[in-house]
Amino acid sequence: MTPLTPRRAPRPARIRHRLVSAPLAAGGVALALVLTACSGGGDDVAGEPSTPSEPVELRMTVWTADETQLAQFQEIADAYVADNPDLVSGVTFETIPFEDYTTSLTTQLAGGNAPDLAWILESYAPEFVASGALVDVAPKLQEAEGYEYDDLLDSSLALWEKDGGLYAYPFSNSPFAMFVNTDQVAAAGQPNPADLVASGDWTYDQARDISAAAAATSGKQGLVVRDFDFKVWENLSTVWDGWDAAPWNEDGTQCTFTDPEMVDALTWIHDATFVDKAMPGPGTTADFFAGDAAMTITQISRASALDDSFAWDVVPLPAGPAGQQNVIGQAGIGVFAAGEHPDVAADFLAWFTNPENAETLAAYFPPPRESLLNAETLGAANPKLSETQLQAVVVDGIQGAVTKPSHQNFAKLQDTVRAQLDALWTADADVEGVLADTCAAIQPLLGD
Amino acid sequence: MASSALARRDAAVGYTMVAPAVLGALAFVVAPLVAVVWYSLHEWNVLANTFTFAGADNYERMLSDPGLRDSLLASLWFSIGLVVLNISLALLLAVLLNQRLPGTTTFRTFFFSPVVVSLVAWTIVWSFLLQADGGINGFLSLLGIEGPNWLRGETTAMISVIVVQVFKNVGLNMILFLAALQGVPEEVQEAARIDGAGAWRRFRSITLPLISPTLLLVSILTIVGSLEVFAQIAVLTGGGPGNSTTVLVYYLYQQAFRFNDFGYASAISVLLFVIVLVLTLVQWQTRKRWVFHEV
Repeated sequence: MTPLTPRRAPRPARIRHRLVSAPLAAGGVALALVLTACSGGGDDVAGEPSTPSEPVELRMTVWTADETQLAQFQEIADAYVADNPDLVSGVTFETIPFEDYTTSLTTQLAGGNAPDLAWILESYAPEFVASGALVDVAPKLQEAEGYEYDDLLDSSLALWEKDGGLYAYPFSNSPFAMFVNTDQVAAAGQPNPADLVASGDWTYDQARDISAAAAATSGKQGLVVRDFDFKVWENLSTVWDGWDAAPWNEDGTQCTFTDPEMVDALTWIHDATFVDKAMPGPGTTADFFAGDAAMTITQISRASALDDSFAWDVVPLPAGPAGQQNVIGQAGIGVFAAGEHPDVAADFLAWFTNPENAETLAAYFPPPRESLLNAETLGAANPKLSETQLQAVVVDGIQGAVTKPSHQNFAKLQDTVRAQLDALWTADADVEGVLADTCAAIQPLLGD
Repeated sequence: MASSALARRDAAVGYTMVAPAVLGALAFVVAPLVAVVWYSLHEWNVLANTFTFAGADNYERMLSDPGLRDSLLASLWFSIGLVVLNISLALLLAVLLNQRLPGTTTFRTFFFSPVVVSLVAWTIVWSFLLQADGGINGFLSLLGIEGPNWLRGETTAMISVIVVQVFKNVGLNMILFLAALQGVPEEVQEAARIDGAGAWRRFRSITLPLISPTLLLVSILTIVGSLEVFAQIAVLTGGGPGNSTTVLVYYLYQQAFRFNDFGYASAISVLLFVIVLVLTLVQWQTRKRWVFHEV
């Protein structure tokens, strides 16, 4: 454990934050306090660690409510507390529902109740990293004994880096894959996707045709992009990446919804939905894991939701016209500058994600550590998946993968694109026209 | 002297008794109101942890914000639809249930029960009923009608939100109207009947004037309530399709909690406060023209 030195003096921005939230409870007195609080600027890195005058309580927000996962977190945290009784008296993991996660987190920040650590969704990574809300944890992780910082994959860290600093640890790198209800596919007399993968014929067109046939036979649904629901449009990136399409260019300054690749990809999705009936239309719900659909694109971590009620398989994402592209969803763990104990929290993060604990967490959260990304390690904790599936979907799925769309102004872009794409989800939509409107609406936001 | 001391002691006891309520109102009503005005004069980004004085910038921004204009328009349509439908239906139900017929108690309970149901639970149930393959379209298909995708069409989405809200709250207005109707003196109705007035004439010339104070109360409550709708929008449509159901409060929520622009959101909430205040004052001031008070 790195030796700890005396706590720094409180930073101006932290004082300001508390003063800003005070008026809600203190009325007129608070107004005077707010008057003293009007200066800009973000906070800095935790910097040199400090020894608190008495052990502190740490709080980390997460979006999982899975009791097994929470128990695993708590076990790792309890070991840290046992090793550092002078630093930490306890660590609490606070579950916030995924649907409102980022909103609830920023509400806590606004209320002066920032957690010490938090999971952060990859889509919001640039906004959180650029804002100065998070502490640079790279020095702490690099200094931690036995941490093996160089084992972290550069591609996994990219989204969370700025000016040589690391503003969150990408602790979960969950690849998207295609889950297949092989009972429904076989009943429709369709080829097995695993065979198509083996023969190199596993394409989106094949997936569409198989899904449409299975849906027609079963009377259920075909291919479901899970959690899309005609609102969370960024989940469609798991499809359009096969066309090498993207919503905006690499530096996030130019809309690319009107590029031919995106037009082709969204035309394919539109036709698959309204012409081929291979995908459920708006307002139709279908849960693959309840047997309501032939296939679903979702993260590998959802495998835990499967039971033995039907035969299933999991295969990599299909190839589009531009070839096969792996896509991952990331969750980073960041330390908040506005938290009560950023230096202690960063120290805990170094423990929570060290090689031993990363291996334990790999049961549910594929780590960004190269040494742990092998079917043997992951298989030990994923009994539902064979080593072949793990190799093909998880190990190979993380290598060279792209993450879902993200941007420094993601929240506004997400709402604006959602509103524009609503016009696309009708049978007679003019795809090119809608995408032109989408670009017109979001281009000003890309410049912000 | 003694009575003065007694009066002071009584006053002290009185102030002590009301102090918790006054302090509570100051802390949880007045202070937030003052604070939100103060916030509206600032640029406040929670993530970036910046809080800088911006003067009237947020208010100037409102003048050229097309999103705000659209949300005001959506609020206007929602309010018109809700007020007209809710008040007329509540009055109709109250008149029907005011008849001396068997089973009226059961019907009163039936129409009032949604008022006490959790708003979010009520809305979630309706979100399933209104799906393309949901219960409403299932029922329509039995009649040979192919129902629309209620929550995906701009017009049908707004209508759906209004209807869901009407069914949720019509029972409350109905009970208020029912209480007012039962206070209309039977002898006045009887006198009009003897004079040859028909049912519609008696309703228009006797019943409506006599229940007009309740009509004023219900209209104020319904209009203010219509401007505060949020959960139904969040659960049913998320402001869509497009921005067709992004009413003012939902737009305010987006600015504050989605875009972390708390200063601008505060300015919008000040605007909402002013709108509600003006509408209430207008209704109150015009009551002399249409509200009848027995002397």
